[in-house]
Amino acid sequence: MNSIQSVNPASSESGMTDIPMAAPTRTSLLARMRRAAPARPGEQYGAPGNGSSWRISLLTVIVVLAAWTAATHFGYIEPLFLPSPQSVWLQFIDVLTEGFADATLMTHVGWSAMRVFGAFVLAVLTAVPAGVMMGVNRVARGLLDPLVEFYRPLPPLAYLPLVVIWLGIGEVSKIVLIYLAMFAPLALSARAGVRSVAIEQIHAAYSMGATRSQVLWYVIAPAALPDILTGMRIAIGFGWTTLVAAEMVAATAGLGFMVLSASKFMVTDVVIMGILVIGAMALLFDVVMRWLERRLVPWKGRG
Amino acid sequence: MTLNLNLRDVSVVYPGRVKGQQVVALSGVNLQIAAGDFVVALGASGCGKTTLLNLMAGFIQPTRGLMTLGHYTGTPPVDAQAGASLRDQITGPGADRGVVFQKHALLPWLNVLENVAFGLKLKGVAKKEREERAMHFLTLTGLADFRHHAVYQLSGGMQQRVGIARALTNDPHMLLLDEPLGALDSLTRERLQELILDIWHRTSKMMFFITHDVEEALFMGTRLIIMSPRPGRISHEIPIDFGRQFLQSRNAREVKSSPAFIALRERVLGIIHGDEEIAA
Repeated sequence: MNSIQSVNPASSESGMTDIPMAAPTRTSLLARMRRAAPARPGEQYGAPGNGSSWRISLLTVIVVLAAWTAATHFGYIEPLFLPSPQSVWLQFIDVLTEGFADATLMTHVGWSAMRVFGAFVLAVLTAVPAGVMMGVNRVARGLLDPLVEFYRPLPPLAYLPLVVIWLGIGEVSKIVLIYLAMFAPLALSARAGVRSVAIEQIHAAYSMGATRSQVLWYVIAPAALPDILTGMRIAIGFGWTTLVAAEMVAATAGLGFMVLSASKFMVTDVVIMGILVIGAMALLFDVVMRWLERRLVPWKGRG
Repeated sequence: MTLNLNLRDVSVVYPGRVKGQQVVALSGVNLQIAAGDFVVALGASGCGKTTLLNLMAGFIQPTRGLMTLGHYTGTPPVDAQAGASLRDQITGPGADRGVVFQKHALLPWLNVLENVAFGLKLKGVAKKEREERAMHFLTLTGLADFRHHAVYQLSGGMQQRVGIARALTNDPHMLLLDEPLGALDSLTRERLQELILDIWHRTSKMMFFITHDVEEALFMGTRLIIMSPRPGRISHEIPIDFGRQFLQSRNAREVKSSPAFIALRERVLGIIHGDEEIAA
């Protein structure tokens, strides 16, 4: 009467032996290259950039270091243009203990960090509220949008003279220059973050009796947080980029100043050492920010 | 004196992209929902179901007509200027009407318990008390063991149950459900249909439930309204009783395969297909 048969799961195990092995299909190498191979379990077929890449990154770093060592060791390049890794390392130790341009490395690092992170704190405290306001309020957006959008693409070097004329050659103009470079990316990412909130989340909050400020504080702000954190990473990058420009005028210490004065005297190993220190600090900050991102916004991309 | 939601001659006209090209989303809708009513709205796409729900929720205001939520015997005073009507007019969203959305409405930075207790937090209820009350509804929806989970770790069906528990925790007079089960697989869907019926039975809240699934529509409510597009309007209203039959027999498949159910299903399908052919 009933044609539906139940399958005994145990029988499928013995049945396994009857299943023939998949025969290797004949396709040309070209045909196989043009389409993604079937994914291994746990991966997704056709997902762009599948697989881990850190081994390849490690290899890249090793190869670059090896090429650098080889090129300088065998004298392919003059030390004036590219000093050896050893001499850069020795300069690092030397500047760390003896100093360069009347200040030790830690002094240089301290001044630069103070400028970059001082400007960063100011920028986060002002640009994030400004960006959120631009996102939620049409008056704020109307006021700020033309200003931010106009100056954003300008290179800081272009308005550096103006900042110096207005604010002098002291610490204030340096911090303001870096601050301006950070303000736009931070404000725009906060604004984009506000836009990313799902309208259903806002409707849900209102239908539970939320006030406008409660919606802003409990729904919009946390929803914007992932974008704000990304904006902070981008902004700090702009900060390091602008550091050298800021320290061009009347600085007596700082990593940018150190690199600039080293280049005047053709001390290439200090130039490279300074670049590596700036890079290392930026990398360290980024690692901290990514860790913070995982802690603060674990829902990112999954909400 | 019972609680009544009243829509009288309500129309919603969206301004068109070109001037003069207005879109009439809802035209002359009259609807009364009383405490204990479970109204299911069904209709082809573009018939104004969601517009109607957004009106009741207070997210949009009607172009014409009057909406009230208040205590009346029978219909509220006809005169729009009458004090009672004005006081009870729906002028915006409020905690007396809970909304359950199709998706994307949970807050992923809060865990399950915090999401369900969110409405009480907005009201300033102390943490201990709001968590106790939230736990009651998490237990009711079978989620007590998942209270500390992140919402994005849950399946779609569980997320919708969190959404329902969240709306209930606010103790609204009315639940507005906008295709809450639309994105779920059919087995989960049937379980949640039964859960929603049970909740309605226990709390006797006013329910307004949108679906595009005919079987679901017939199974769920006490009154089925069929809506037609261009302009969006209520074209049929049919009293239904299958949900109550289920609550007595506890056998959903038996209810859904009964001849009466199948006959009505085919009749309703006929109406909706007719609408869609006119629309196409």
